[in-house]
Amino acid sequence: MSRRKLNRRQFVAATAATSAVMIAAPYVRGAYAAGKLSIGFWDHWVPDANKASTELCKEWADKEKVDLQVDYITSQGNKNLVTIAAEAQAKSGHDIFQMPTWWCHSNSDLLEPVNDIMEPIIQENGTVNDTVKYLGVLDGKWMGVPACVGSQIKGPCSRIDLMKKHAGIDVQELYPAGAAPKAESWTTDAFLKAAEACHKAGVPFGIGLGETSDSVDTAGAFFRAFGAELVDAKGNLTVKTDAVRQVLEFYKKLIAFLPPDVGAWDDASNNKWLIAGKGALIMNPPSAWAVAKRDAPQVAEQCWTHGFPTGPKGRFAPFLPFFWSIWSFSKNKPAAKSLLVHLSKPSSIEKMVDASGGYDLPAFSKLNKLKVWAEQGPPKGTIFHYPDPYQQQVLSIAASPAPPKVAQQIYFQATQTKMALRYAQGESMEKTLAWAEGECEGFLRS
Amino acid sequence: MVDAAIGETSVPRPRKAAGRSGLRKALKRKSTSAFLMTLPLILLIALLVIYPAFYSVHLATLNKSMQRFVGFGNFEFLFKRDTFWLVVKQSCIFAISAVLFKALIGFIVAHFVHNIPAKGQRKWRGMLLVPWVIPPAMSTLAWLWLFDPSYSAFNYTLSFFGIGPIPWTGDAAWARFSVILVNVWYGAPFFMIMYLAALKSVPDQLYEAAAIDGANWWQRIWYVTLPMMRNIIAITTLFSLIVTFANFDIVRILTAGGPLDKTHIFATWAFRVGIEGSDIPLGASVSLFMVPILAVAAIFILRDVNKRGNES
Repeated sequence: MSRRKLNRRQFVAATAATSAVMIAAPYVRGAYAAGKLSIGFWDHWVPDANKASTELCKEWADKEKVDLQVDYITSQGNKNLVTIAAEAQAKSGHDIFQMPTWWCHSNSDLLEPVNDIMEPIIQENGTVNDTVKYLGVLDGKWMGVPACVGSQIKGPCSRIDLMKKHAGIDVQELYPAGAAPKAESWTTDAFLKAAEACHKAGVPFGIGLGETSDSVDTAGAFFRAFGAELVDAKGNLTVKTDAVRQVLEFYKKLIAFLPPDVGAWDDASNNKWLIAGKGALIMNPPSAWAVAKRDAPQVAEQCWTHGFPTGPKGRFAPFLPFFWSIWSFSKNKPAAKSLLVHLSKPSSIEKMVDASGGYDLPAFSKLNKLKVWAEQGPPKGTIFHYPDPYQQQVLSIAASPAPPKVAQQIYFQATQTKMALRYAQGESMEKTLAWAEGECEGFLRS
Repeated sequence: MVDAAIGETSVPRPRKAAGRSGLRKALKRKSTSAFLMTLPLILLIALLVIYPAFYSVHLATLNKSMQRFVGFGNFEFLFKRDTFWLVVKQSCIFAISAVLFKALIGFIVAHFVHNIPAKGQRKWRGMLLVPWVIPPAMSTLAWLWLFDPSYSAFNYTLSFFGIGPIPWTGDAAWARFSVILVNVWYGAPFFMIMYLAALKSVPDQLYEAAAIDGANWWQRIWYVTLPMMRNIIAITTLFSLIVTFANFDIVRILTAGGPLDKTHIFATWAFRVGIEGSDIPLGASVSLFMVPILAVAAIFILRDVNKRGNES
């Protein structure tokens, strides 16, 4: 066996070469030079809507040389909420997570502030409404970037023919496609009269009073329209007020004109009600219309999505924004912020909104007149007013303006719909108010 | 077979060798090998049951933002809430009535199946076990469609007889009935199969002796069948009580606790408070409240089983 000898010169040269390679290695841009990143997106209802997000992420990852993993987590059975709770407890998981409405506040200690990227995003895309700030900002710090994916307004979706025939209301005239609304006459009183007329005609409004989101959001908007707050912004109990009494009286009248089983409705019930052609109006994003377009085209071509009726204190519409938040335990925060900036570019937002058929709503004021809403049909322009292009409504969330951690309890315990149902079922006003006050008192605990 | 290996020689060995031999002896013991074989399972249980159990106790002692130790503060808070006591009441109604009906139906059906000739019995046993074999989350979805507020298949059928519509999930009493019915439908086959096994182990001679003594059908059940099945009935009831008290999927899918919280049970309310309401310590406290109730039931039932075991 021969043995090759290494002379002194060769040894010095080899050592120098190895050292040079070792020192230079981090500066050579390999395929994944900028490290790893994982993102947990909400799994979209609309088929193929996830594709747009994946493409945008891939485009960014290829450019930035990041090894990116994209997961889609369903909200069926609240799987996304369970995952958020698990990642928060374990302090490990995705780098970015798509937080629904209240979850920025409930995980505020574990989220990376994103003010540095939010300022330029707002400059480019326009301002955001107060509900987005209410849910996304704590002590001046943005806890996430408003995500257009999943964000929605749950306004009325009316049957053009039934409303005209039975209630004498031309919803297309109130909310013309491509033009500003002429909806001064669309008030809570007009809404009640229309509900009564449609009930008499056998096509009642399909408004749920269960404990799921659609029911709670509708109740929240009506409460705000009457100026009724259960807990005010400072955390004071404001249950026993005239405004709350007024809205309960309104709901009592309304419930008499709704289907008898609305107390048991979930988020699918109102969609089925509209698609089956049983009612003249529901409160929902355009997903019900989109399904009708596929399964019951004769119903879909009579649907018109429009604004909420105005009440004594204004016109409020339920808005549920999502946020892309970075966990504080993320190991690649600069890359996470860079991705969120990419996803928030106007072109990226338009791509995602298009992919969802107009279901997703950007939170930014310059992006609520995209082509997709004007072009969707039949009938053409059916969702033109869905994003509230003329900003005639106050976009709000049920239980606001209570401090978000208190409001979240009111929202998920469906306190407002329960109050409406209790009172409508014959409980005395004072007993209902006392019950609600007791509940809210419990929610105030810290 | 001996439980320990017997040493071959009494010659003293160096200390290291003695240690090795001690290990060998330990490994040769039946109890040691049994322990080693069950160790993976013990570790799995420790990881998936014991650790989460203690962790939930820890969580239950924290304040809402999980930054401060509050001892029994969460329980004190719960005891003052009307909704909590409503949930306690409903959990008891749900679990006790469901277990009672499951036991009764299981007992009756087990007798029917027992009396079917052996040739066709296997087919019936298989068919009757179907509800128990289907994952409850799936079968409850089918029930949800049957009970649907607006399109209930039951109501559609009843309408031909001029009955209804019945608010299966919209009225508190009917909603409670519905969730209990689905739980009984799902759980009765378990009772049936356990009781069937117990029935098959009752010696025929006892029935023959009872028949010679002139015992009628009821007396044979009361004085022969039931005493022979007591332990199985007790264990099955305990097991089912624990599972039914901790039920989540049926109520969650069918009513989500509504209407007006009238069908919430511990697990569904804990989920509502802890996960949906982001108050994890309070949710953990609601879940843990089941422990003393079930522990008391377990102590009584198991003590009774032990007593009878010692007597026999």
